[in-house]
Amino acid sequence: MDLNYTSEELDFQQEIRGFFAEKLPESLSAKVKSKKRLTKADCETWHAILNDAGYLNAHWPEAFGGKSWNAIQRDIFDVEGSAFGAPRVVPFGVNMLAPVLMAFGSEQQQQHYLPRILDGTDWWCQGYSEPGSGSDLASLKMSAVREGDHYVLNGQKTWTTLGQYANWIFCLVRTAKEGKPQQGISFILVDMDTPGVEVRPIILLEGTHEVNEVWFTDVKVPVENLVGEENKGWTYAKYLLAHERSGIAGVGDALAGIEHLKHIARDQKTDGRPLAEDPLFSARLAEIEIDLSAMRTTNMRIMQAAADGAPPGPEVSMLKIKGTVLRQSINDLTRRALGPYAMPFVSEALDVGFNEEPIGPDYANPVSADYFNHRKTSIYGGSNEIQRNIISKMMMGL
Amino acid sequence: MDFNHTDERQMLADMVGRFVTDNYDIESRHHHAASDVGYSQEVWGQLAELGVIGALFDEADGGFGGTGFDIAVVFEQLGRGLVVEPFLAGLMAGTILAQDKNQQELLDALLSGQSVVALAHGEPGSRYSLSHVETSATASADGFVLNGNKAVVISGDSADHVLVSARLSGAVDDAEGLSLFIVPRDADGVHVRGYPTVDGYRAAEIALHDVHIGSDSLVGEQGNGLALLDKANAAGTLAVSAEALGAIEVAIDMTLEYLKTRKQFGVPIGKFQALQHRMADMMTEREQIRSAVINAAGHLHTDQRDWHLSCLKNLIGRSGRKIAEEAIQMHGGMAMTWEYAVGHYSKRIVMIDHLFGDEDYHLKRIMTLGSAA
Repeated sequence: MDLNYTSEELDFQQEIRGFFAEKLPESLSAKVKSKKRLTKADCETWHAILNDAGYLNAHWPEAFGGKSWNAIQRDIFDVEGSAFGAPRVVPFGVNMLAPVLMAFGSEQQQQHYLPRILDGTDWWCQGYSEPGSGSDLASLKMSAVREGDHYVLNGQKTWTTLGQYANWIFCLVRTAKEGKPQQGISFILVDMDTPGVEVRPIILLEGTHEVNEVWFTDVKVPVENLVGEENKGWTYAKYLLAHERSGIAGVGDALAGIEHLKHIARDQKTDGRPLAEDPLFSARLAEIEIDLSAMRTTNMRIMQAAADGAPPGPEVSMLKIKGTVLRQSINDLTRRALGPYAMPFVSEALDVGFNEEPIGPDYANPVSADYFNHRKTSIYGGSNEIQRNIISKMMMGL
Repeated sequence: MDFNHTDERQMLADMVGRFVTDNYDIESRHHHAASDVGYSQEVWGQLAELGVIGALFDEADGGFGGTGFDIAVVFEQLGRGLVVEPFLAGLMAGTILAQDKNQQELLDALLSGQSVVALAHGEPGSRYSLSHVETSATASADGFVLNGNKAVVISGDSADHVLVSARLSGAVDDAEGLSLFIVPRDADGVHVRGYPTVDGYRAAEIALHDVHIGSDSLVGEQGNGLALLDKANAAGTLAVSAEALGAIEVAIDMTLEYLKTRKQFGVPIGKFQALQHRMADMMTEREQIRSAVINAAGHLHTDQRDWHLSCLKNLIGRSGRKIAEEAIQMHGGMAMTWEYAVGHYSKRIVMIDHLFGDEDYHLKRIMTLGSAA
């Protein structure tokens, strides 16, 4: 055991810090730190900067042009990026679809789609959940019927994050009704400009537009857009979900969240003293730091245990639960740190170009909306209840 | 002991409940909230006519209720509909106006729904403190001059009058030296910046720049402001807690209904024991909260008032938040949408933690007050 970084890892950390210091535009980090809404162009700008530096796909295998970063390198990049206020990479193409294509796609698909993911030609979104198929994903109904050299797609996907910006969607579709529900699912790639695809916004409880419904009416998709084999999609879907969860602990974001909370607690006063010195508040903050300290190591242990490039096993479900609950508790304490100023919420103030004076402290406006928005994290990506099922079944044999 | 309401009070509760059920679905609530004043003047007028404002005040003050239980049953029902009309502001301001017979005319206007009065007490640095007042009042030839800033004034942008706490003497946190002044909203030097709250209500920042008011603007005795604020604060704490109880009832009912109808893995998700047990805990906590509302309502006018109010408000912050979060979690993605009502109930329940002291504020107050009786 050695909890210290090696000299190579320290050099790597310096390299990454140098990159963020030099290449992360001030305009973007300012938005991230003040929790303003990022535009599509903001996301694309950052995507391009990362790609130019070779960091966008650094976790990809070298055979596909990546740097085969290990768990420690990925953790350093995550933590430093959050500390500098870097935008989160939109994960659907580079972190979710790409590993599936590398493992199960045809060479032609790899050569066609992977470069377009990197250069930003394609913005991918995820077509997994349906109105009747959330936690029970395998019950999905959207159909794909083979007709000559096409599949014809009919059905509806939902909770499609940033689908309003996407031009491609990867979908789980039903190609067979026989056998277990898992056996009739296929994984297919759909150009969203195809006639019959319609995106409808879903407004979240705090008023933001992040997710969408995507409707498919007689959508013709060429058979070469099928990934892997017909009716094997469930295997690919699970592979993708394992990759989705590999960054789920959210260590960097939690660390940045705690720093922000401490900043607020030093500024807020209670009984004439900084809130940070209040014993009850300090106790609550200390509990969060205890959990985070342990989670950092749990995260690293689980990620390192997974062999080079392979997705981690069911242990990652523990990280999903712990990471989301911890982040939610930071949001909760941040809300409470504000006192009455947790209540005002001017949605337009989250957009760039809003030039009025803030109501109360300049950090107050997004906090409660963020608290409510983050309730989604224990629901999406396999709800925390599903994660507990995975732990009890797969790890404990219950 | 008798845990039944009197017939009159039960009728009051039923009447408000029926009004909310019949006239106040979530779409009309959003519609009222999004209007310029942030509520429906028509609904406010109807409820005033039904006597719902009057029920919050004693007969001697022109009302026909005013006990803790009257306040609790009315606000519980208002909470069930997430009613955005300015009842809380009315209760707070009216409680103070009722302490001064010279203010009867304005109180009558408030009771009849003609007038909306907001209590402008909190300040940018006051957090939940009652005595932290920087706003100054200085005596002038014919009255007073007010200067200062008031923060998160509930219904402050739709009120026609603002009840302002200001300091005639003493240092910022002194208990002595506070007085209350009634100020017409359109008086020179009153700057109101209204805004929505995250849970769909309206509040305002109010700046007072050399606001000249007459000597008849003083409400109650000079220097006696803290005692008046204390009364209003106690009534308000009970009211929003009862409101939270109403919202909790609906959030739990909706969640229960969802568990019975939403099918995954071929069965209603309510068949899963993992969810059954959590639902059972939510029900239990709801009844704990109901008991705490009863305790606080029954002690609103006894010397154990503060202890019971702090027990209640701590529970709302602690168990209420848990219920609000669980209601979302057990609904899954549906509860994250604007369109589906349960998220709005959760927002209100959690934001009530930020009125009159949160969970930790009241935990500390209980620690200071010691154990009851």
